[in-house]
Amino acid sequence: MLKRERPIREIPRSVLIGLALALVLQITWHSMRVPTHATAEGLPAPVPNEQLRAISLGDPIALAKLMMLWLQAFDNQPGISIPFKDLDYDKVTGWMELILELDPRGQYPLLAASRVYGEVPVEGKQRHMLDFVYRQFLLDPNRRWPWLAHAIYVAKHRLKDLPLALKYARAMTLYARGDNVPQWARQMEIYVLEDMGEAEGAKVLIGGLLESGTITDPHEIRFLTERLKRIEEEKSNSSGDH
Amino acid sequence: MFYPALTIAGFTVLEALRNRLIWLIGIMIIGVFALSEFAGELAITESGELQSSLLAATLRIFSVFVVSLFIITSMVREFNDKEFELVLSLPIARATYYFGKLLGYSVLATVIAVLVSLVVLLHAPATQVLLWSASLTCELLIVAALSLLCMFTFNQITPAFSAVMAFYLLSRSVSAIQLIGHSPLVDSGTVSQWVINAIVDGIAFLLPNLDQFALTDWLIYHTGDWSVMGPILGQTVIYVGLLVAAALFDLYRKNL
Repeated sequence: MLKRERPIREIPRSVLIGLALALVLQITWHSMRVPTHATAEGLPAPVPNEQLRAISLGDPIALAKLMMLWLQAFDNQPGISIPFKDLDYDKVTGWMELILELDPRGQYPLLAASRVYGEVPVEGKQRHMLDFVYRQFLLDPNRRWPWLAHAIYVAKHRLKDLPLALKYARAMTLYARGDNVPQWARQMEIYVLEDMGEAEGAKVLIGGLLESGTITDPHEIRFLTERLKRIEEEKSNSSGDH
Repeated sequence: MFYPALTIAGFTVLEALRNRLIWLIGIMIIGVFALSEFAGELAITESGELQSSLLAATLRIFSVFVVSLFIITSMVREFNDKEFELVLSLPIARATYYFGKLLGYSVLATVIAVLVSLVVLLHAPATQVLLWSASLTCELLIVAALSLLCMFTFNQITPAFSAVMAFYLLSRSVSAIQLIGHSPLVDSGTVSQWVINAIVDGIAFLLPNLDQFALTDWLIYHTGDWSVMGPILGQTVIYVGLLVAAALFDLYRKNL
């Protein structure tokens, strides 16, 4: 049977020498190259949605996922790191809106907005991201409620902006009414009202919830009832002090 | 050696013409041009820049794809039809056959680069297009030599073409991969990271820096000047030399 390859000794010596020489030359050439330097690039402005759909080749979800990775990695361009706070947040939210338009059921941009871009120590930028999450929540409340819940937490505890937290919590109570939305999320308005000293409002809300019959879990009913009692006690104590 | 190689090259070019390859390229150029015009209409601003970049990037990939696929399929057919054995039954050295083929495919690559550049000329200044075209020709010469080598090594279309595409994509992106690997954010103290970086750096030594070839910046921002052609030509000569030597090594080892 014929062997597929002939032995190396059959190869002309000039070819072997040429191969070794070319290999050495390539390695030498590569060593002499000026190393590439990393330069920071600004985030480009978002492009029209129609263009993205055209280049997605009929698969907008895959493109949306890839774009999110690209956007997320923008702070870490090859060899260089740009702090998130230095990114143009109008452009960042513009890109995330586009990504959500391409893949409306995707949660990634909202997670990035709440947990990544919203964590920067710049209040204006935090508010920008909270507003983005709020606007996107309104478009699909039953699916996007977890991110608004986080936004309520950030508004209440980090920004100490209780009116803003109340606005978000009210939206949660009003719009997130799907079976998958837990009661605690819909009850966030109560806690915010309590923190605002709006004991009466919180009381009315808890009472309304208990009477509406939407809460069936006995533990939850007990918890809310106790909370209602506590509010009433605090209210009577504070009126006694006066 | 020279005249037989010229004859083989001539027949290689003739084969490309009879395969209606030029027609295919013409149709694709028109298609990509129409697509770039359409995209330009959608743009709110910088529509000219958008058209140039889309046109140049798509046509460059398309040229690489066509050159590589044509060479590999043509060589597979030649091996299957025993034309290779027929040529070698004549008083012709294997090296002569190889250089004839490489010359023919190089002519084809140059023609494709020129045709592609003609349409790019509609959106960019002639001097920049000339530079881009020369650089694209160098890129296609490397791809042509690589396609021949992969064909001799793998003997089949699918693995050979996959290898060429993998090589091409890696050559265009290896510099960026290296930079990411050495990024200050990456924990370079771990053994796994060190090993990965060493492997990537090692691979980079054996790849041409194609990311410096046919830059779209030249067409859009007119930043190109002829001094960049020195390193591009140097890299092309060295790398084509390496591919030629490796292909001859494989060719001489083939048992017929």
